[in-house]
Amino acid sequence: MIIGGNRIPFARAHKAYAGASTQDMLTSALNGLVARFALQGEQLGAVAGGAVMKHPKNFNLVRESLLGTPLDPRTPAHDVQMACATGMEAIGSLADKIRLGRIDSAVGGGVDSISDAPIVVTDALRGILMEASRAKTPVQRLKALAKIRPGHLAPQAPGVDEPRTGMSMGEHMAVTAHQWGITRREQDELALASHQNLAAAWDRGFFDDLVTPFRHVAKDDNLRPDSTLERLGSLAPVFGKDLGEEATMTAANSTALTDGAATVLLGSEEFAESRDLPQLATFVDHELAATDFVDGAEGLLMAPTRAAARMLTRHGLTFDDFEYVEIHEAFASTVLAQMKAWEDEEFCREHLGLDGALGRIDRSRLNVDGSSLAAGHPFAATGGRIVASLAKRLHGKPGKLGFISVCAAGGQGITAILEGR
Amino acid sequence: MTQRTAQSRPTARPRPTDTYTALVNTELGRRIGRALGLPRPAPLRRHAPGAALADGPVLVLGETSVAEEVAQLLLRWGLDVRRHIGPEERLSGVVACFDAVSSPGDLQPTVLRLAGVQRQIAPSGRVITVLRDPEEARDPAVRAARRAVEGLTRSLGREMRAGATANGVVLQESLEAAAPGVAGVLRFLLSGRSAFVSGQFLAVDSVNGTLPEDWDRPLAGQVAVVTGAARGIGAAIARTLHRDGAQVIAVDVPPAGEALATVANEVGGTALQLDITAEDAGDRILEHAEQRHGRLDVVVHNAGITRDKLLANMDASRWSSVIAVNLEAQLHINRRLLASELFSQAPRIVSLASTSGIAGNRGQTNYAASKAGVMGMVAASAPELESRHGTINAVAPGFIETEMTAKMPMIAREVARRLNSLSQGGRPEDVAETVAFLASPAAGGTSGMTLRVCGQNLIGA
Repeated sequence: MIIGGNRIPFARAHKAYAGASTQDMLTSALNGLVARFALQGEQLGAVAGGAVMKHPKNFNLVRESLLGTPLDPRTPAHDVQMACATGMEAIGSLADKIRLGRIDSAVGGGVDSISDAPIVVTDALRGILMEASRAKTPVQRLKALAKIRPGHLAPQAPGVDEPRTGMSMGEHMAVTAHQWGITRREQDELALASHQNLAAAWDRGFFDDLVTPFRHVAKDDNLRPDSTLERLGSLAPVFGKDLGEEATMTAANSTALTDGAATVLLGSEEFAESRDLPQLATFVDHELAATDFVDGAEGLLMAPTRAAARMLTRHGLTFDDFEYVEIHEAFASTVLAQMKAWEDEEFCREHLGLDGALGRIDRSRLNVDGSSLAAGHPFAATGGRIVASLAKRLHGKPGKLGFISVCAAGGQGITAILEGR
Repeated sequence: MTQRTAQSRPTARPRPTDTYTALVNTELGRRIGRALGLPRPAPLRRHAPGAALADGPVLVLGETSVAEEVAQLLLRWGLDVRRHIGPEERLSGVVACFDAVSSPGDLQPTVLRLAGVQRQIAPSGRVITVLRDPEEARDPAVRAARRAVEGLTRSLGREMRAGATANGVVLQESLEAAAPGVAGVLRFLLSGRSAFVSGQFLAVDSVNGTLPEDWDRPLAGQVAVVTGAARGIGAAIARTLHRDGAQVIAVDVPPAGEALATVANEVGGTALQLDITAEDAGDRILEHAEQRHGRLDVVVHNAGITRDKLLANMDASRWSSVIAVNLEAQLHINRRLLASELFSQAPRIVSLASTSGIAGNRGQTNYAASKAGVMGMVAASAPELESRHGTINAVAPGFIETEMTAKMPMIAREVARRLNSLSQGGRPEDVAETVAFLASPAAGGTSGMTLRVCGQNLIGA
């Protein structure tokens, strides 16, 4: 069950949080959560989360962050890694543990910072340095180091390209979007709605108890409330340029690189009741799936279509049963392609093993408080953002359901069901 | 590799900028200061849990029934109570009872006894005068005599040295000295909690109030809301209420959330990010208190803003924002609170006023209007609170050492600091101590008043 959440405002990469580490950001998000729910000195069952962009020195990122908060230091913590689905997987598996009765409370979430990304040396240089460190005599060491050439010294920024295809995520998505005939116009409309919905949510104080400021940033700074379709329409495509005139994906209908951290407090009913904590929504279920994207047969970011099919079938639900639908906007076209796929009889039969189309999603229920195109997408933090916001939306609507879809690198994805309390 | 936990990490507080006080309290500084006749601000005795109420004997003067009752009370608190004192002894306090005066001539015997021991008052000692409310006296001679005690007390405050203070307790006409409110006020004034309160009068008007089991935790089991709790005086109030046993709901505007979370974590309370001018602010406070704590006992309206401009340069937004935050929000929230069952068991409201609201301040027409308005609101709300055995009071800080005053020009700050009987600025904790006292069950006899925490500032005296 979801008690509440806390995140720091998401900030565009290399801007407001440029000097902050992932550990600083996750610690701050946890501190805000502790303050919101008076968890000072509490020994929780577990804290789990992670970061996609992670220094090797942060092997215990979540545990180290926890030790910087007023939580009881005897609270165990572990890191999770599932690309952009890291936060969702952390939260989902913690919810499972609570349901099993193994633990009574947990915090799940994630953090990412492009501004604090690890810079790696070339493999050749690494080989030389390792050889030097294995050397037994100074002469051997000098010999090894003498092999260094200027070309070895160029640092390598962490890649977001798919290792098996060498294509960036955007290029993969451009292929999928083209296959599904997603138009530029509908992508821009979705992006605009995301900004408008997020702006409206901020304006009505929706985030007052979901966000705690960090480093003088009080609001997601990627938000452009005054954007217009005309302005979005004037941007040049950045992905799928080899499609020429048919390229549709721009910087505005793709998520910007962002820094941020998000956390969600989960607990059993007894845990919440004994501490007079809110009970926003039940974490009903979640499903992991993966696609065979390497040979191009399926889209890289289409795994949630499979997860949804299995999960909805298991519960005997259709999209009409959901009050709210949250589909992570990795790209506007990701959302649109997933929805088109679920509406497509042939796709659902051939790829998802269903008898017919999974169904149509009512657009008025989609990403009602904005999503990643407006808020930004600090990879591992997105799951926590979505779960906390949707849980708050569902609070006070007992029995009403919310659907979540988050795609991830490596052709993976997670879907989840929340139920209002 | 690990960072220290927030609990053990001291939070950033304004650095003391009063180098003069530090210097003048060194041996060399003391000699130079004395030679030049400079003011000598003394380190004040401040309250700490477990500290003795008074280190030395307390002399009770006056041959009245109230004096007898007070002496018995102080004895029960384990104090060294005297009705007479030798010429060499140092006094921690003097309680001079003038409650029976009916003409100016009645003052003299007690006044002269007080005069005889004035030089024996220890550093940070206390003089407390006790009188009946002058406003209730119809007879001109009686009222004259009572008012005379006020003048005496204020002047004595000015004559006090080395951190000693003089204050008065004003008893309602027929109130018995055994009322809990009398004990509450006396204890506050005797203790280090009133370190920066001098030349002031605390009225006790009713038999309401209860005395705590543990005077170090008068707010045990209570739930208190503090607005503007992210920094400065508000953060100090949160810490002090927590020290006194309360569970604290720390409220501030969402943009102040990071500092607010730090304060909430420090006091083991909850952070509630809320714009107090929002239409539903009162409801959200009640909702939070009800769900998370199941009760609400104390609300401290501390949040306030300044938008200083000479009136000639005042625009609508500067005027309206100050009035909205400092005054209208309090009125609005109080209406919601008082309509609620949750806030009906001897509730306490404490509002932050300002000496600017009493004396006026150039460039602060909006701020002074809002703060004077708060005093009016408090006075007018007292009867409604009384109907539920509650109280509402205001605290008007004088010059307090905060981040805000640290930014004042050096000369102006130095002058402002020395313009009071204690020759120094107060600390946020001094304001917080007075707020915590007024919020406590023992302060049940005091309502509708504005108490200054200003070291008896010359301004607005």
